[in-house]
Amino acid sequence: MKRIVALTVNEHAREDAVADSLLLLDYLREQAELTGTKRGCDGGECGACTVLVDGEPVLACLTLVARCEGKRIETIEGLASNGRLSALQAAFHERLGTQCGFCTPGMIMAAEALLRQHPAPTEAEIRAALAGNLCRCTGYVKIIESVQAAAGIAT
Amino acid sequence: MNDPAHPVVERVPAGEGHAHAVGVRQPLIDGVEKVTGRARYTADLGAPGALVGVILRSPVAHGEIHEIDVEAARALPGVRAVITGDDCDVAYGVIPVAQNEFPLACGRVRYRGEPIAAVAADDEATARAALELIHLDIEPLPAYFDAASARAAGATPLHPNKAGNIEREVDHTFGDVEGGFAAADLVREETFRYAEVTHAMMEPNAALAEYDPERGRLTLHSVTQVPYYVHLALARCLRMDESKIRVVKPFVGGGFGHRTETLNFEIVAALLARAAGAAVKVELSREETFLTHRGRPETEIRLKLGLTKSGEITAADCEVVQRGGGYAGYGLVTILYAGALLHALYRLPACRYHGLRVYSNTPPNGAMRGHGSVDVRHAFESTLDRMAAELGLDPFAVRRANLLRVPHRTINDLQVNSYGLGECLDVVERASGWCERRGRLPPGRGLGMACSHYVSGSAKPVHWTGEPHAVVNLKLDFDGGITILTGAADIGQGSSTLLAQTVAEVLALPLHWITVVANDSVVTPKDNGSYSSRVSFMVGNAALGAARELRRVLVGAAARKLEVAVADVDCHGETYGVAGTDRALGYKDVVAAALEDAGTLTVKGVWSTPPETHGGRFKGGAVGSTAGFSYAAQVVEVDVDEDTGMVRVVRVWVAHDCGRAINPLAVEGQIQGSVWMGMGQALSEETQYHEGLPLRANLLDYRVPTIVESPPIDTFIVEAPDPNGPFGAKEAGEGSLSGFLPALTNAIADATGLRLTELPASPDRLLDALTARRRAERVRRATRA
Repeated sequence: MKRIVALTVNEHAREDAVADSLLLLDYLREQAELTGTKRGCDGGECGACTVLVDGEPVLACLTLVARCEGKRIETIEGLASNGRLSALQAAFHERLGTQCGFCTPGMIMAAEALLRQHPAPTEAEIRAALAGNLCRCTGYVKIIESVQAAAGIAT
Repeated sequence: MNDPAHPVVERVPAGEGHAHAVGVRQPLIDGVEKVTGRARYTADLGAPGALVGVILRSPVAHGEIHEIDVEAARALPGVRAVITGDDCDVAYGVIPVAQNEFPLACGRVRYRGEPIAAVAADDEATARAALELIHLDIEPLPAYFDAASARAAGATPLHPNKAGNIEREVDHTFGDVEGGFAAADLVREETFRYAEVTHAMMEPNAALAEYDPERGRLTLHSVTQVPYYVHLALARCLRMDESKIRVVKPFVGGGFGHRTETLNFEIVAALLARAAGAAVKVELSREETFLTHRGRPETEIRLKLGLTKSGEITAADCEVVQRGGGYAGYGLVTILYAGALLHALYRLPACRYHGLRVYSNTPPNGAMRGHGSVDVRHAFESTLDRMAAELGLDPFAVRRANLLRVPHRTINDLQVNSYGLGECLDVVERASGWCERRGRLPPGRGLGMACSHYVSGSAKPVHWTGEPHAVVNLKLDFDGGITILTGAADIGQGSSTLLAQTVAEVLALPLHWITVVANDSVVTPKDNGSYSSRVSFMVGNAALGAARELRRVLVGAAARKLEVAVADVDCHGETYGVAGTDRALGYKDVVAAALEDAGTLTVKGVWSTPPETHGGRFKGGAVGSTAGFSYAAQVVEVDVDEDTGMVRVVRVWVAHDCGRAINPLAVEGQIQGSVWMGMGQALSEETQYHEGLPLRANLLDYRVPTIVESPPIDTFIVEAPDPNGPFGAKEAGEGSLSGFLPALTNAIADATGLRLTELPASPDRLLDALTARRRAERVRRATRA
């Protein structure tokens, strides 16, 4: 079964015919051609596909597009404005919060949701917000520093 | 730290006002792509019309293949190719003398999950439906899931020429071992067990193969750390000339050793593409990525050490048994490393090593960060710590009693030319407050420490061709832009950035003049790839050579244009001046002068390891040999909950001697990542099989530490420049890993008095050990009463 779904992706309105079983992750990567959102596991294990749906971080690999009717989807590609990095993107770049980069889009989106709700989070709040996002390169030290830097917290 | 006889460390003089590129905390030159989602990894590559490739895997752990019936699968509409072992009977493997693996099993399967057949179809649903239609007739054989049963008398050999399932046995004795033990004041022997661990890099495996039947040409994009080795294996298995193959490495989401050899799915993708005459994309699931494995083997170690009263090591005797999985892979290198790297950390006057690499019906093991050195380092540092306590020596003191003086030639012929371990010890002792805090912490808290080391590239590569170890080309064109052409595989560690910094430093130019083009076999020079921590040292040296050559050309051109002698030209990067005058030429004018006669310039730099670093002239003597060893020391603080067996790592202090930090930001990232990966192995990571069936082939059951339980890591860079390293640099990406494991268990011993000899120190193991101790105490009290 296919249905028409209307939603916005990074502030662009879209209408697509999608199968009921289509995952948001596959929709973003294949139909919207936004490959910044990564598939790192077989479902709900790693957090690499984290995107924002109406401002809330969700795993795109566990979300059906059919459930996103009328929703506002934000991906890593939507964070920069006119090609200039957002505060989080700049901090992850400058502080080496990214090494191989594969977990980075999901990590930044999860951190983005955190900073919108808690502009000056404690270290414990940062850890709690990113608990579902695995990184295998950094040991998380510079990820925490990056989020703190983006929040203007001296490290 | 460096010996006065080897003080020569190249420091290129920079022009006035020029900020050094080397030593600068440089964000990655490809970092913007990574934080914006623009970085394209293999699975992200657009391939309109590409078929979907999927793999059928063995349901049995060991068996004889009688028949694979693919007729029904082939007949399914939308299926474009079905292949089996009949389509490729050429064995491959990263070690030329140990090639015994097939991209699709030929005749025999040796582990559950081994690829047997593959399908390329118009879409994934069709391809998966076709897999269901393949009929297998496999006769099960006795299967072995641990080294002991595989070695037992009467066990069925996995490979015809390997009696007792011994892939490789190593017997190496150096010095007078018995004399050493006789001279010791204290001799202790202990046995250790280590669970198998795996890389779990964040990017699952993927390959895109495109075959052009008209031209007979193949292009492969893959997730590899070693594009050149993949190139060789493709040519071999597809019986194609190397010149008809192009291998490209896009962005790669980590590797940690998983991708340091050609992997079956890469060859399968190529075989499918040729069979279908089309492009085929193969994306493995996370479970399949686990099945491809190549991680650190399940290992048993028996270690005996002798010490004098003052803590000097007199002798070591070590036996290592590794369960290697179904195929050779890097196995013989791993078992040789385990013995070779007992040496070169401390003075070791006598050492016997017996290593056994055993075939088993589990996914093949291979190289993993700290290759071969990690489990033996835990055994060594744990035993040393225990003996220090018995002798009443401080753990730091016993290490200091065994420091090397460089230059040093180990008894197994490894060459150590730089050695910052003493300074690493001083730094972490001070930073952790060791002297003030140890023994004075609240109950359940403990401090432990350990040292470690690693090679900066193997002095002899696995494919010995006699060619230089590394080649870098620099292209300079009309616009003044310098393009670095390199085969060095940046997999996130920042090698491209390091090469750009190296070239910028020599030419005294800001980084924006420089572009790096890497890993496209039709464009970039061959490179052995990113493994054994070779890139900074070897490719860095080649880049240094190339940059010096370009500088020579530019200075020569400036001299001609300014009509002065070459010796009178000062290179300030964006200007070239005449010494002692105010005459100068802008960089672009110098470039124009250099190109006037020759046109676009390409210069190259090459580098080879010095012969004295090639290791001993005995069988296996090349493994462990390197042109430069890195050194590290770390202190770990733990909090142990004796009621639950939970261990919390409170903080880590680590100092790593990387010779010279070309990019201190990246060096810190590498050290932190290494320490943390060591923590995963020490605390929670382990594979598990039931009758060969993987039980933890996902990122929930394979317990990689999350951000919640990951500690602060105070990171200190120590610079003991190596005379052979570029600007004195040595490796930074592996040497700190192995020290974490013993530092952790030594800290647990400090907190609880328990010395764990089995890792990971998961709550169940620790609780078992605590319970056993309580029971033993009760029995003792009851017996006394």
